[in-house]
Amino acid sequence: MTPVQAIIAKELRSFFVSPVVYVVGAVFLLIFGILSYLAVVNVGARAVQLMQLQGAAAQINLNDMVFRPTFYSTAVVLLLVLPILTMRLFAEERKLRTFELLLTSPIRINEVVVGKFLSVYLIFLGLLALTGLVPLILSLFSSFDWKPVLTGYLGLALMGALFLAAGVFTSTLTENQIVAAFLSFGLLLLVWLLGALGSVLGDTPAGNVISYLSFIEHYDRMVRGLLDSKDLVYYLCGVILMLFLAHRVVESESWK
Amino acid sequence: MIEVRDITKRYGELTAVQGVTFTVDKGEVLAFLGPNGAGKTTTMRILTCFMPATEGVARVAGFDCFEQPLEVKRRIGYLPETPPLYHELTVVEYLTFVGRLKGLHAGALRSALDRAVERLSLGDVRHRLIANLSRGYRQRVGLAQALLHDPPVLILDEPTVGLDPKQIIEIRELIKSLAGSHTVILSTHILPEATAVCQRVVIIDGGRIVAVDSPERLSARLRRSEKLSVTVKSPPPDLVKRFRALPGMLNVFDQTDPHVFLLECELGRDLREEIARFVVEQGWGLLELKTVSMTLEDVFLHLTQHEEGLGGTAEASGTVQVTTTLEGQPRP
Ligand SMILES: Nc1ncnc2c1ncn2[C@@H]1O[C@H](COP(=O)(O)OP(=O)(O)OP(=O)(O)O)[C@@H](O)[C@H]1O
Ligand SMILES: [Mg+2]
Repeated sequence: MTPVQAIIAKELRSFFVSPVVYVVGAVFLLIFGILSYLAVVNVGARAVQLMQLQGAAAQINLNDMVFRPTFYSTAVVLLLVLPILTMRLFAEERKLRTFELLLTSPIRINEVVVGKFLSVYLIFLGLLALTGLVPLILSLFSSFDWKPVLTGYLGLALMGALFLAAGVFTSTLTENQIVAAFLSFGLLLLVWLLGALGSVLGDTPAGNVISYLSFIEHYDRMVRGLLDSKDLVYYLCGVILMLFLAHRVVESESWK
Repeated sequence: MIEVRDITKRYGELTAVQGVTFTVDKGEVLAFLGPNGAGKTTTMRILTCFMPATEGVARVAGFDCFEQPLEVKRRIGYLPETPPLYHELTVVEYLTFVGRLKGLHAGALRSALDRAVERLSLGDVRHRLIANLSRGYRQRVGLAQALLHDPPVLILDEPTVGLDPKQIIEIRELIKSLAGSHTVILSTHILPEATAVCQRVVIIDGGRIVAVDSPERLSARLRRSEKLSVTVKSPPPDLVKRFRALPGMLNVFDQTDPHVFLLECELGRDLREEIARFVVEQGWGLLELKTVSMTLEDVFLHLTQHEEGLGGTAEASGTVQVTTTLEGQPRP
């Protein structure tokens, strides 16, 4: 077992004995369920309306009416929920002085950072897989285009990775878990707002750069079914940058 | 095996350790002795590569703690001041995790785990959550963690804190049994502990080394007399002289309190009965009579008073190698 695997195993164990994962998972799945249920009910109502108007079975696009709004709302939910998963990762080690064990063991700091990130990412992917039940069930009763759904899920997986990496980073900054969670809300919201700022600036060079920095524009394209390597590169670089910052903070920990 | 040269560690303005130099040979057990805030933990953290020194060089098994930390870490078992325990794990889960971090696998891990559990008598609690263990058991799990991969160098920060007397003896025996095959540095506030397990003692105070010597020579020097404290209700003016005249009495000091006297008697002679009878027969009113045990404080008093020439409790003697005096030190 490599050090990274050892850390993943230990973190998963710690996650599953604490109630946090269950609470966060239950809340996330519940909200996802409600959001998609509301979207479907909405579609039903619209279908009835259209039928009355046109007098025949109208074509309703599930992709536009159900999946896209659900994907957008899910992004907000993730922003609120994922920092709760990551907040303990380093803050708790600091608080309980177990950091001393990790930093005096013959392992590298990047192994610790990557191990912790992957452990929480696995949990997130598990939750995401569970939400996959919704499109599966819908596909039994209706037909829709799978491609935007799949790229949307890819977008969720990538954006979740970025959120979690940001949470790992803020967790290294403090020994207080609440502060760590709050810092990562703040950080993510700021980056989100860059998108709004970018659209205010419009199609100017500065506006384009600022929009590129925000994760929401990249996510938006994936939800609409577009797969572009520059969006993938954005998320990958974001994750690497956040983990690198976490590494630097841990490394400089002892230099004070 | 361990070489520390001119180590200085500053936390901002505060100098925690200043110019500390010492070496530890292979197989030796060395104790750091010093009061709170002396810099023991700081020195150990530098040796274990938890943090770098501001100045100076530390080497373990020939590897520089700053240049080759991974090599150093591989060779060290470290018990920090606060045992680094994950409360949500059971003892076995925790030790398995630590073993993997130290690079143990499969069979080697299992046998190392069984040995550590047996050595620290953790058999009864192997499957209990660490959160539910008592303080002493937690300390033992911390020790098991340090010993797990059988490292050649052990650095133990106050290993016997929180243990019951029986366990203290067992842990001391354990450390003694490691001598020879392992190099051990431990820190303690308790002189008898250092005496019990160590070949050499480094006395550290205010971030500086005050003395380095074998415990036998330190205690021989310190325990050249039995000390008694006597409180007398109405002492006559010449009581000091009268006490001195008693057989077996080496020296008598009056204290700031005029009723209290400090008596130094010959080693191995208990004069309490005679003194009690003497004081009572004269009708001076014996209020208290007790032996004064040698504490860490006395070590400092001895070392410093001797150098500063304040009192006669410690006569000049060459047995203690005094490297620095406390006098004139900038205290943090
Ligand atoms: N992280 C830190 N930041 C600032 N000062 C520190 C830090 N750690 C230790 N110190 C200071 O350094 C000095 C030495 O501390 P150290 O922990 O090494 O003492 P010690 O000998 O281990 O004491 P004790 O017997 O109480 O464990 C103390 O004055 C302490 O306040
Ligand atoms: Mg200490």
